[in-house]
Amino acid sequence: MKVSEIKDLLSAEIHSGDHLMSKEIIGAYASDLMSDVLASIYLDDKAVLVSGLNNTQLIRTAEMLDLSVIVMVRGKKPHPEVIEMARENGMALLTTNLNMYNSCGLLYSKGVKGFSNGRID
Amino acid sequence: MEELIKRYEYEIIANDFDIAGSTSSSIKRNLKSIGVDPSIVRKVAIVSYEAEINIIIHSKGGKMCLEIYKDKLTIRAHDNGPGISNIDLAMSEGFSTATNEAREFGFGAGMGLPNMKKYSDNFNITSSSEGTNIDIDIYMD
Ligand SMILES: Nc1ncnc2c1ncn2[C@@H]1O[C@H](COP(=O)(O)OP(=O)(O)OP(=O)(O)O)[C@@H](O)[C@H]1O
Ligand SMILES: [Mg+2]
Repeated sequence: MKVSEIKDLLSAEIHSGDHLMSKEIIGAYASDLMSDVLASIYLDDKAVLVSGLNNTQLIRTAEMLDLSVIVMVRGKKPHPEVIEMARENGMALLTTNLNMYNSCGLLYSKGVKGFSNGRID
Repeated sequence: MEELIKRYEYEIIANDFDIAGSTSSSIKRNLKSIGVDPSIVRKVAIVSYEAEINIIIHSKGGKMCLEIYKDKLTIRAHDNGPGISNIDLAMSEGFSTATNEAREFGFGAGMGLPNMKKYSDNFNITSSSEGTNIDIDIYMD
């Protein structure tokens, strides 16, 4: 689904990356622990990173994986340096009041799947 | 011995969370700019980031190196202690002694060393109280 549809689905607010609204997303990574995220690589960048982490390491992790779309869950207000780093990297940063479980459940119900070992589960 | 084309060295400071990951970010941009295949760059970036963070959160500080050869890229991470007493245990998925502060920054899954091994073609780790040394090769074909 498109990033703009994810925004509507999760009633999300967008903090950076307006230019990515029509980008197509087919998969997701979800964790508060960055090495869990880094344990799987998907073959391209059509994935969203869903996390409750609110610091620059979230953006760094997305950068290492070539991910450009991030959803911060549980109603967190992203710190200014996080938004700044997302902008610098040309990434879309969205926030939602939904928790991790419901965010992932909604994405899954629309066909956005998880990855393992470089493949969609 | 394969011919070394270029070598870069970076200082890594213990507990410096503000710039944590900036070395791996530089390494990634550097490799991208010289046209290395994106899937290779991604693997190097991940192992470099995991190694960099470990020096920051677990050690007294150290150095990282990127070496560019004709057919491979080498990441070397070296720190000044306190070392890893049981390497087999540290290498097992889920083992972590990360502090609460490190956990707040998203670390402590106990997946860093296993990830480094998984994404590398050659992975070598040695450790003593003097420090930990990790050498990682990733082939470019
Ligand atoms: N450079 C180091 N110096 C001293 N101890 C280390 C070093 N690197 C790793 N360790 C030890 O090995 C353990 C496992 O490291 P690993 O990178 O796999 O997990 P972590 O750093 O705890 O969490 P994660 O990497 O998933 O965020 C660490 O918790 C720590 O006890
Ligand atoms: Mg680690």
